[in-house]
Parts: sequence; structure tokens; C-alpha cells
Amino acid sequence: MCADRDEWGSRMLPAQFDYIAAASVEEAIAAKAEGGDETRFLAGGQSLLPMMKLRFATPSKLVDINRIAGLDAIRSHNGHLHVGALVRHADIAASGAVSGAVASAAPWISDPLVRNLGTLCGSVAHCDPEGDWNSVLLATGAEVVAQGPSGRRAIDIGDFVQDFFTNSLAEDEMVVAVHIPVPSGRSGGSYQKLERKVGDYATVGVAAHLELAADGTISAAGVAMTSVAPINRKATEAEALLVGNAPSAELFAEAGAAAAAAADPRDDVRGSARWKRQVVAAFTGRALAAAAEQAQG
Amino acid sequence: MEITININGSDHTADVEPRLLLVDHIRTGAGLTGTHIGCDTTSCGVCTVLVDGTPVKSCTMLAVQADGREVTTVEGLKSADGLHPVQQAFSDEHGLQCGFCTPAMMLVGAALIDDNPDPSDDEVRWAISGNLCRCTGYMNIVKAIQAAAAAASSNGDS
Repeated sequence: MCADRDEWGSRMLPAQFDYIAAASVEEAIAAKAEGGDETRFLAGGQSLLPMMKLRFATPSKLVDINRIAGLDAIRSHNGHLHVGALVRHADIAASGAVSGAVASAAPWISDPLVRNLGTLCGSVAHCDPEGDWNSVLLATGAEVVAQGPSGRRAIDIGDFVQDFFTNSLAEDEMVVAVHIPVPSGRSGGSYQKLERKVGDYATVGVAAHLELAADGTISAAGVAMTSVAPINRKATEAEALLVGNAPSAELFAEAGAAAAAAADPRDDVRGSARWKRQVVAAFTGRALAAAAEQAQG
Repeated sequence: MEITININGSDHTADVEPRLLLVDHIRTGAGLTGTHIGCDTTSCGVCTVLVDGTPVKSCTMLAVQADGREVTTVEGLKSADGLHPVQQAFSDEHGLQCGFCTPAMMLVGAALIDDNPDPSDDEVRWAISGNLCRCTGYMNIVKAIQAAAAAASSNGDS
């Protein structure tokens, strides 16, 4: 069947592509390897399909992974939370296995309908600097599990996120899971997101993760920001300020100022760069306070 | 490629291009125009249908992805016993103005009360937060979904 203009009027259709529904990860990887960078994996499709309709993306082949069994697991295992490639945002929001910044971010991903299809792993691989999950992953020190023809490897999220819409996967690799550390001691986390309306990208998002030592001081800290730099950015100076100190409003305000200094926002329809920096400072403080309260509680 | 989708209880088999969107397959292929197209950019939610009972935007899913699955559109809400409780409640509570968002709102409402038989005001607002009503008639939409939940529970009890 050929869809012509008469039949479809002014409908937005993606450019033509070949389609295969892979039955296994191995089959998906082989199909991807054969097609190279003109081939894309299709998971939730909530970013890819809109880009294809606008012809920002024109892959020659889609490898649909939705029918592969075993990729939808979400569970705590060996000190980390395992999130499989087909775990939807809604599954995370509803899961009893999640806590901290992950649990805090899940209900704020896009809107309920998108959360029913979109996946965490897809969002992570997409590397949109306005995507929320990569900030959560940077703050918690997560790893991306990639599978290629010669097996699996774990990639630190800091190495995985390379640039604007660019990850460090090889052409024949697929993200099969994300592993988020679950600390054994006292810890807490939070994601603070400012959005103009449900479903809009974050104007500003801040993920915070704290771990406390036995004496109540901060033993590990993660802070990362959404929509205020060309990629999701870790606020490393803020993190360094926090470690070794006791949680306090003054400390969190200082960390907020350091995060704001590390942000590189732009003036756009969502607000001025100057104002977004102020939001980063305030939201970093709030996210850290919520994380500390959780860790202490 | 050939696909078979169970739409509102009947199997529809068709030979489609992979790039055909589910919403176009429903409207043009199956001739069910109760599913609307609004923004076409994954923003407004008027193309909402239930796939295996879960509300999704049919403008952001390929028809081939629905192969072998069950799709419910607004035309499938009514049963032999008459209108679905959400349909009756949208009529009783004036849950619509222009009606363009109504099929989607009713499907989201039906899925919500399947899952949560007594949703609070906040829970209803949260559930419909991906669906825009450009008449801004949200008050009566929320009232209608809550009335439908109450009616569905009392029917279940009797």
C-alpha cells in the first residue's frame, strides 16, 4: 500500500523505513549491526516517533524491541536497582522497589500517557539535555548496561552521556538495562522539576542524592542538572562542598550557589538565563534538604 | 506488512506500511473516526486509545506495534447493556463543551476507574493531566469521571 497525499491529506507521516520486530536481544543487535547508524531501536518511541514525524530523524530501519521477553524487569539486586530496557516510566512510578531520586522523578516524567509507553533506558540513550533521567543517573552514579555481539559491558553514566543527543554506544550495541546503586547505609534523594505545564520539558530540573556516615556527616553526594546546559550536567563543585560536612540549611544554600555557578542556561521561551540560575540555586537547596530528611528519617 | 489488531472486540486484518500511525489505521483503515487527531505532536492527548487496557497516544505509536493487541476506542465503550458509566456521566454532568477531547477523556476516565474505583479529585486531575480540553471545561470532566466511578461501584454492588 502506498500512502499518497490524496489519501492522507496533510497528515504527518514519518519517512519510509524498514521494520523488524526482534524476538531476542541477539536478533536486535544483529539487525542493528547490519544497518549501522541509519538503524534505530524502537522502545517506547515517545521521543523517536515525534522526531520521525517531524523528519528530524529519518532512520532507514527500525528494530522494534517491544516484543523481546525479559527486558521489563525492575528489581533490587546485588546492591543496585536493575531497570530493564522495556520498563516504562509508569512502571517505575508504581514500583515498590524504587526509592530516593528515582522514585521522586518518575511521576514527573512528561505526562501519564507518555509514561505508559516511554522507557527509562530509551530516555537515557536519547541523551536529550532536557530529559530528566540522566540527571538522576548522574546524581546517583548509575551504570548503563550495553550488549553487543561480543557480550555485555557496564558504562558509567558520566562516560555514556557524551554530548547533545549523543551517547557512547557502539553502532552494534543496545542498552539492555540501567543499574542504579542502592546504598546499604543511610541515604536519600530527590528530583525537583519546574515545568510550565504537565508534559512540557523541564525549565529547570535538579537531582540530588546524599549518603550519610555513622556520625551524621555526608559521606557521598550527587547533584546533577537538567535543561541548563548542552548536556545533563553534574555540579561537581557543589558535590565537593557537601562531602564531609553535616547537613544544614547553610551548607545546602552554599551548594545551591555552586550548582548555579556551574549551570550554563540560555534565555528562551521558558525564562531568562539569569532567572534559571536562581531556580537552580533554590531547587538544589530544596532537593538536598529533601534528600537529607529522607536519609535521616 | 500484514497485521491483525483486535479493535473493540473484532479482529481487523490489514496490509500496512510500517510508518502508518495507529491513529490513522483506526480512523482511515478501520473507519472509526471517534478517535481524534489534535496536535499530532504528542502534546494534546485527543488521540488517546486503550492498548491492552492502557491509555496511550495513538499518534505516537505505529500500527505495526499494535499487531496482535487489543485496542479500545470510544466506539468500544458502549456495551449491549447501553452506555458505559463514563459516557452516561459525561452526558449527565455536562462533561463536554465542543466535544473534541471527549472520546479521549472518557477512555482515560474508564481506565482510571477500572484501576481505582473511588478516585479523589486530585487522582482524577492527575490521570487526565496528559489530556487537554481547549474549552477548559475541566471542572465538569472531573465531576463526570467521579460520578462514573460512583455509578460503576453501585452497579457492581447491586
